[in-house]
Amino acid sequence: MKLNKASLFALIAVLELASDTEKQLSATDIAQKHGISTHHLAKIMRNLTYAGLVQAVRGAGGGYRFSGNVRRTTLLDVIQLFETLESELDVPNWGNNSDPIIGELQSITSEIDNLTKAVLDTITLATALKNTRIRAELKANQASPGRVIT
Amino acid sequence: MKEQISIRNAIASDLDAVVSLGQVASQDRKPGFWSNVFDHYVLRDKNDRFFLVAESGNRIVGFIIGEVRAWEFGSPPCGWVFALAVSPEKRQLGIGQQMFEEISQCLKQAGVTTVRTMVDRDDKLLLSFFRGLGLCSGKYLELEKQID
Repeated sequence: MKLNKASLFALIAVLELASDTEKQLSATDIAQKHGISTHHLAKIMRNLTYAGLVQAVRGAGGGYRFSGNVRRTTLLDVIQLFETLESELDVPNWGNNSDPIIGELQSITSEIDNLTKAVLDTITLATALKNTRIRAELKANQASPGRVIT
Repeated sequence: MKEQISIRNAIASDLDAVVSLGQVASQDRKPGFWSNVFDHYVLRDKNDRFFLVAESGNRIVGFIIGEVRAWEFGSPPCGWVFALAVSPEKRQLGIGQQMFEEISQCLKQAGVTTVRTMVDRDDKLLLSFFRGLGLCSGKYLELEKQID
């Protein structure tokens, strides 16, 4: 599976903002922190706002704030704002091709797509953030082995 | 004030409460199923089988059932959790997590280091719950087909 850039950037932005729901960050802040295109992210933030996952805060010190439910929003909910995750075989007349070999290949890619979606649809933002924190603590602990993780 | 929840082994008199909770969880009536489960996991000698209930006051608000299974599908001994339910009005209080952690300890004491479960792909809530506890896809794939 290869996520398109819009999905990936959206996931990064949503997870960044959802890690602290009080936090307000501009698209530039998020883009600089994660080394991604500000221009591209600005467009994505508009889509996320329209979907109700983030809220634009106007005025000095404004930016974006997470406005969804971290325990009920899944990675798939975010990704599907930008792509369908349906594989397409690069063959003529995709969708109504009667060639049985193509039909079998379609069936296989559909099974893979369903598995992919099933995984992404059960990882909530809360779970992804929890695992992110564990990963960060492990990394910090490896860097300074004397530190105790509480 | 945080509600006091105690986790204990199920006893025969918990049957009615468990059946009620089980019906809320699955909507299906399962004649004979629960009495067989109680017979197997509560009443008999049960070294590697665990049936725990969560109690709030004098009321059963959740249950979890699991056991050690060895060499099924070629798998070395492993813990399986095959039933879990929490009363709808007591959800999001950490009861499911408390029961899962307790049964994991029971399974660990029984000698296994992995715990597995199987969940309907469409049951997003339960899948998210297990994901949140750190479970992820394992090395076995479930396969099935319709028999003609």
